Amino acid sequence: MGEPVIQTDKLTRRFGDFVAVDALTFAVGRGEIFGFLGANGAGKTTAIRMLTGLLTPSTGSASVAGFDLYTESEKVKRNIGYMSQRFSLYDDLTVKENIRFFAGIYGLSDTAIKEKSAKLLKKLDLQHAANARLRSLPLGWKQKLAFSVAILHEPKIVFLDEPTGGVDPVTRRRFWDMIYEASERGITVFVTTHYMDEAEYCDRISIMVDGRVAALDTPEALKRQYRAESMNEVFLHLARAKPEAG
Amino acid sequence: MNSFRGFLRKEFLHIFRDRRTAVILFGMPLIQLLIFGFAIRNEIQDVKLGVYDKSRDAVTRAIISKFASSGYFILSREVHSEREIEEAFSSGSITEVLVFEPDFARRLQRDGRGEVQVITDGSNPNLSRIVSGYTAAVLHDYQESAVPGGGREAGVVAVPLMLFNPELKSVDLFVPGLMALILMLVSALMTSISITREKESGTMEVLLVSSLRPAQIIIGKVVPYFLLSFINVVTIIAVASLVFGVPCRGSLLLLLLESLLFIVTALSLGIFISSVTASQQVAMMIALAGLLLPTILLSGFIFPVASMPLPLRMISNIIPARWYLIIVRGIMLKGAGFSYIWKETLVLVAMSTVLMAASVKKFKIRLQ
Amino acid sequence: MRTILFILQKEFLQIFRNRGMLPIIFVLPFIQLVILSYAATFDVSQVPFHLQDRDRSVTSRRFAEKFTASGYFNLTGTSSSDLQSQSELVRRNADLVLVIPVGFERDLVTTGHAQVQLMINAEDGFSAGVVQTYASEIVTAFNRGELKRLIPGGEVTAAGEISMVPSSWYNPELKYTHYMVPGIIVILVTLIGLFLSGMNVVREREIGTIDQINVTPIKRYQFITGKLLPLWIIGIGELSVGLVIARLLFHVPMLGSYALVYLVAGIYLLVVLGMGLLISTVTETQQQAMFIAWFFMVIFTLLSGLFTSIESMPEWAQRMTMLNPVRHFVDIMRRVMLKGSGIAEIASPLLILTAFAALMLALAVNRYRKVSE
Repeated sequence: MGEPVIQTDKLTRRFGDFVAVDALTFAVGRGEIFGFLGANGAGKTTAIRMLTGLLTPSTGSASVAGFDLYTESEKVKRNIGYMSQRFSLYDDLTVKENIRFFAGIYGLSDTAIKEKSAKLLKKLDLQHAANARLRSLPLGWKQKLAFSVAILHEPKIVFLDEPTGGVDPVTRRRFWDMIYEASERGITVFVTTHYMDEAEYCDRISIMVDGRVAALDTPEALKRQYRAESMNEVFLHLARAKPEAG
Repeated sequence: MNSFRGFLRKEFLHIFRDRRTAVILFGMPLIQLLIFGFAIRNEIQDVKLGVYDKSRDAVTRAIISKFASSGYFILSREVHSEREIEEAFSSGSITEVLVFEPDFARRLQRDGRGEVQVITDGSNPNLSRIVSGYTAAVLHDYQESAVPGGGREAGVVAVPLMLFNPELKSVDLFVPGLMALILMLVSALMTSISITREKESGTMEVLLVSSLRPAQIIIGKVVPYFLLSFINVVTIIAVASLVFGVPCRGSLLLLLLESLLFIVTALSLGIFISSVTASQQVAMMIALAGLLLPTILLSGFIFPVASMPLPLRMISNIIPARWYLIIVRGIMLKGAGFSYIWKETLVLVAMSTVLMAASVKKFKIRLQ
Repeated sequence: MRTILFILQKEFLQIFRNRGMLPIIFVLPFIQLVILSYAATFDVSQVPFHLQDRDRSVTSRRFAEKFTASGYFNLTGTSSSDLQSQSELVRRNADLVLVIPVGFERDLVTTGHAQVQLMINAEDGFSAGVVQTYASEIVTAFNRGELKRLIPGGEVTAAGEISMVPSSWYNPELKYTHYMVPGIIVILVTLIGLFLSGMNVVREREIGTIDQINVTPIKRYQFITGKLLPLWIIGIGELSVGLVIARLLFHVPMLGSYALVYLVAGIYLLVVLGMGLLISTVTETQQQAMFIAWFFMVIFTLLSGLFTSIESMPEWAQRMTMLNPVRHFVDIMRRVMLKGSGIAEIASPLLILTAFAALMLALAVNRYRKVSE
């Protein structure tokens, strides 16, 4: 693990009496692919929303991309990309218009926008659909586009909240190729998922159960620790321990 | 039938889970009724009167003080030139000016005639007309009391008998109108949104492929709002009678039944709107931007339908609120029984049927 | 600044791409303006009336003819008893029943005095008053004209008669359309502005795109400006079309200056759109937003003095209307168009609008949170 780009200390979020995220403490290194695993409702999305500045933490502290989450949230935003499980580009705009819009509000210059759009369309093999409304594209392509848009401004970190929900394994595999590529360019990837096979692709993973980190290590180390064949078994093991914890 | 019951339950949950909307649904109509019931009036008090007295004699002073004590007028300012009148109108500081010619009293004595010029602000024709009516009345009063022989003229005297609303209170007129407006918009808006929302989120497809029949889906959508609107009706009628003292001379039961019918019509309209639109936005804009002004203007709520030009009177026939208004005013103010309003009732029944049938047909087409 | 341009461009694209909305934004308002401006009249004409003539004399017939010939009243039938008259009124077959009692002619000829009764449907108190005024005019005319033929020496000229010479400035024919059109334009511009802005932000929240914007370093004022400006331009456009229709179709005069109208409209739209965006940022669903917008719209409309005069409201309600932006803009539009008021004469409502605009925009920017609590 290199120098940490995300560091949290007892980050907590309550909704009324319910503690969604409980004293989250971890660090993510530069260039890492950090997997954030957990069942539905384990607090993954709440955690990612806090780290991206969409939700105020109740207590605790965190720094993202070297900036304090509370006092320098706008600087944080300049340095992160985000793609949510709710597909969040504009359905009624075309592929090109979406790229242009998001590049524009990240402050890219007109020439940069033109250049990047062309490159991006070529890379995604979407030239023929550049002027098609997003609505008409298959989900897999939309996700790839959303990911590309999220890293268009070359952020230090990209947060992906269940980016591959609802698509077939082949498309998922291709999506992961893009993630690797981004990681090789030095972008730190913070990804939540509930697909255990995807967990194997990560450098390190943390497994959340009921708002707490139940385990955090490389996939290999975790499998060794729990004497499991696959991440799936590790996960089931931790999830079964749940009643005692709760 | 079981799946229908489950569906109905889901609809109720949708409404009551969303506390804010529930508060809005019940609270806002009530607040509106209270504000408007107290605030909207047609009768005019305290008309700001300007006086341009070129004569300044005993008679003009007596007339002016008659105006000041009439209860309708407030002596707002004296003006001394035509220009000043213009300036006063333009800044809105007066509504009417009385202009007395020079030597008013002398001429009245000598020629037996005195002329008062009454200038009103015609940019508001309604106000202008009412105010000159008041002015005529005050002048007439003065004449009767002050000028000898100006009193009882020979000839025919017409004795007016104001029926149904002897005090000419505008509350009695407006409360039924508000009922129509509020029920219409709330019902149409809520149903159209609730259906298009399912369409947008894709859950409508799920319902359509379920064992529910289109008619059941529609009824399930409507029933909760039907009950909500009915509660609103009861509240509104209670407020009308307890707070505003609007009488209900006819049968309360009939009034409630007719109100239920009107709600059905409004809900059917909402369903129809949602069956021809694909997005919430369009449905809302039609229900709000499209219904608000026509319901206020063409229903007879404020402006009498009879005064409108023929094409507009024809258009007003397709405004459900127009018919409901006749019914409500008939029952509440005139004590009309069913035999007097069956035609209007029939129109509402027909409208509901047509709208419902058209919507069911639309939904069926989607199924195929 | 560039950031705002990008939002602007995106908003325009979205508005013009929404096929279903275009006619509602750009056609519906003008259809309403053209049709509804004619509806708002208190003129009473062709009042259906019934005759209950118990006297059945030459004079009573002559008297009744005065009513039918007046143009105000339209004889729709006769009734034979009070009971029947009442029921005709309930059925709306008549709004006036003229009851001429037995002995009408005899009384008039022998004593010079006679009474008739006007049964008026006073459901609508205002119209009832007008009906009564018309009827009195007819009776007075009858007394002046016919009486001397009936009774020798019956003509009456009271000594010292005060006559009233009415005249109406700014709108001598008392044309209702001149009065209504400027106001209805205001309402339509407000409707479209308030509803579109009210739906705007909350819609992005419902779809989820708002998060994607909130993780960017965009500034709050940039976001609000980018959202507001397209709707502002649309609002100004709608106003312009409305003014053209007012001019060409309704021949509403424009005694003041167009520049002033646009200046006020520009500020006014900021109030409306600021308020819409404020509603939109504090609500969770489009449904809620629309309901709140509707609530204010109805209150603003009915308390704007557009349909019923502010002057006739009770004191507290009149004071309350000072908080109603629609009231001020309707007032200004009418004054500038019909009376030629200049900026000095409309200074105080204009100042109020400016204060509202500042307040609404500040609130909208302030309430829009990139971070949820």
